[in-house]
Amino acid sequence: MREALDDALVVASLLFVAAAATAAVLTRDPARQAVVLSLLGLGLALLFTVLQAPDVALSQLAVGSAVTPLMILLTVREVRRRKRRE
Amino acid sequence: MTRRARLWVLTAGLLGTAALFAAACLRMPPFGGTWHPYGDRAVQAALLQRTANTVSSVNFDQRAFDTLGEESILFAAVLGTVVLLRRTSGERRVTPQPASVPPAVRRYAIAVLPLALLIGLYVVAHGQLSPGGGFQGGVVVATALHLLYVGVDYRALERVRPVGLYELADGVGEGAYVVLGAAGLLAGSAYLANILPLGTFNTLSSGGTVPLLNAAVGMEVASAVVVLLARFLAQALEIVDEKEEGRERGERRKRE
Repeated sequence: MREALDDALVVASLLFVAAAATAAVLTRDPARQAVVLSLLGLGLALLFTVLQAPDVALSQLAVGSAVTPLMILLTVREVRRRKRRE
Repeated sequence: MTRRARLWVLTAGLLGTAALFAAACLRMPPFGGTWHPYGDRAVQAALLQRTANTVSSVNFDQRAFDTLGEESILFAAVLGTVVLLRRTSGERRVTPQPASVPPAVRRYAIAVLPLALLIGLYVVAHGQLSPGGGFQGGVVVATALHLLYVGVDYRALERVRPVGLYELADGVGEGAYVVLGAAGLLAGSAYLANILPLGTFNTLSSGGTVPLLNAAVGMEVASAVVVLLARFLAQALEIVDEKEEGRERGERRKRE
């Protein structure tokens, strides 16, 4: 029973990661992509937790769903401003 | 190299990687099983070193030299960003305008900031005991500070974030790790050897050099992320082209 529950959790998080990653690839607007990437980071953190790797999950959560999207959003803002000027 | 030759090299590389990967997977312990040859040895070594968190024992004791490499990669990456995103000639620094923030966002950010900061420091300090450590805690501390930007505005963030000090702390953190490693040599053992008393298992002061190395990495990572985001924020909010600035001012006047 417990093993079946574990498997179900692993499969569910894998499916979520696959869906979020596909969505991140198909999203063409970088600003929206940052938000999807943040969701993907959350999904990966969940997957690592389910696979009993909480250390990696913490790193993933902090970097993947907070720092990376913020850096992308700041870059998009700057690039758009420069484009408008040209 | 022509396009054709590039494709051949790519195919050869992919095939080689696929073959090695398949061969490795065939001899791996089955997924979810109870047989973990490496894990068992790592746990045994961690228990001998009285470090409750085996992952920290692997990262900061059994393979501390690998972590020095990883820490240096982050250090080099941030150094590169600092050089690339500097203010160049023809660019001017402007004072960002205060921004208005919805009161709900402001309340939430102000309430969460001290909590997030505390959690970050807790994660750094308890690296030898529970999941987390210098890297994870360091990133949490750095992101917690940026709640000031989300909840108040850029000027409030700037007031608590003298970038020069964080750049210094970044270098000190990186240097502390190297020096702690050299302490192992001075004690007559190997570089980055765990030479300190190991303490009582599952207490804050256990694990010998593991908590100290964690503190060094925590300092380095927290400052590195702060410096990194400071450069990105400065480019997006503070640094403008001299030509562009004149145009923006003109546009603003037209709108008014």
